[in-house]
Amino acid sequence: MLQRIYDWVDERMDITPLWRDIADHEVPEHVNPAHHFSAFVYCFGGLTFFTVVIQFLSGMFLTMYYVPDIINAYESVMYLQSEVAFGMIVRGMHHWGASVVIVMMFLHTLRVFFTGAYKKPRELNWVVGVLIFFVILGLGFTGYLLPWDMKAYFATVVALEIAESVPVVGEMIRVLLAGHEELLGAQTLTRFFAIHVFFLPGALLGLLAAHFIMIRRQGISGPL
Amino acid sequence: MHRGKGMKFVGDSRIPAEKKPNIPKDYSEYPGKTEAFWPNYLLKEWMIGAVFLIGFLCFTAVNPVSLEGIADPTDSGYIPLPDWYFLFLYQLLKYEYASGTFELFGNVIIPGLAFGALLLAPWLDPGPERRPSKRPVGTGLMLLATISVIYLTWEAVDQHDWEAAEEQGEILDEDDIQEVDMDHAGYEIYEEQGCIECHGEQLEGSGAAGPNLYDLPYGAEDIANISVEGIGEMPAGMFDGSDEELEIMSEYIEAEGQPNGDDDEDEDEDDEDEEDE
Repeated sequence: MLQRIYDWVDERMDITPLWRDIADHEVPEHVNPAHHFSAFVYCFGGLTFFTVVIQFLSGMFLTMYYVPDIINAYESVMYLQSEVAFGMIVRGMHHWGASVVIVMMFLHTLRVFFTGAYKKPRELNWVVGVLIFFVILGLGFTGYLLPWDMKAYFATVVALEIAESVPVVGEMIRVLLAGHEELLGAQTLTRFFAIHVFFLPGALLGLLAAHFIMIRRQGISGPL
Repeated sequence: MHRGKGMKFVGDSRIPAEKKPNIPKDYSEYPGKTEAFWPNYLLKEWMIGAVFLIGFLCFTAVNPVSLEGIADPTDSGYIPLPDWYFLFLYQLLKYEYASGTFELFGNVIIPGLAFGALLLAPWLDPGPERRPSKRPVGTGLMLLATISVIYLTWEAVDQHDWEAAEEQGEILDEDDIQEVDMDHAGYEIYEEQGCIECHGEQLEGSGAAGPNLYDLPYGAEDIANISVEGIGEMPAGMFDGSDEELEIMSEYIEAEGQPNGDDDEDEDEDDEDEEDE
């Protein structure tokens, strides 16, 4: 039955070449932990992506309850984690997942650096990877404010003060993020929400696609 | 790829009518023990992923996420702290040569150089050599940066007053607030002397500014001393009434705002004792 559905679609769309492009690629011996245990260091990139997928899914469920305004944001998080079935687990996955992404990405960066995998011809993929690093840090920064509790609020106050102290562009960055020259309030929360839920995840998806297309075209770097 | 004459299409589309075989590539002639990603390797990878996911879920289940009290911009006593992965940047700004007049070093030059070098690593280290031992400068700088980040994070965690942080963010539960005797002379003095500003209408405290005054480990005399001389972050000279007033108030606070002993719980216990007899 499945085969017949596949054939029916394949006859009209010719999806076999597309599917073989995705499925057919080699896993060389030196990156396969089944053959060399030390090759587990090559797992960090995959685990970073796996955790990013967890972040996307848990984040989508969180937005079913979260309300981005200063009166209801806190209440909605409180309701989510105390009343909603498994709400604490979903929020916990998103909260701890953020830390796991950072740790895994850091380890992946160190692996790529110390195996010299960023060298010619893989320079562009390294640059895209560092951009992903920045986007993830941005997601961590903007997500921290959203529960609108004391630690979230005052951490953001300090961060915006630091941003403001940057010469020339500091003031502009502050107003762009906070929506006001002095206050940190309703505008700030909606902006951080928009950046956290639309701008940065969009950028992240594009950069991840570029990262994966490049690694597929060039292949994994050889053994040292 | 088939070109030129004799190409057949599905209907009037550009899809070739010829069917292509849907079989995996042959990796038997590849070097070493190369295997196919699909499906051989993916099945093993999923097992690692499953173990990782179970570990992660167990961690999440036993570590509930904390939520502090709702954001209160007027609480100026709050000690801020970013999430742990920004602590190294936060800590950097605390050092003398990275803050104040040297602020530019802490907030632009040092992080800018570090992250800029990370971004441009392929061009700063363009040689063909891949082994870390064959490119000591790059390896050394990366190790230095990694150790610095870990050290700064460690220092920030070490210098933070975690007990105060936990107290200042605590959500005041309604169960934690005890009803006090607001008609007592002690309460009047408590209000007049401004204690109420920081320690609350029901002696329940107010986040970072002042702790609650229930169940204090002090006697009435100590409380009187603290009211005059201050303690910890509480400044001296808060109380400027007469000695008599001071005595009434400190006794009132020692009794947790219930100087007449009309504590319901005590009464209940007494009743039970009588019944037993």
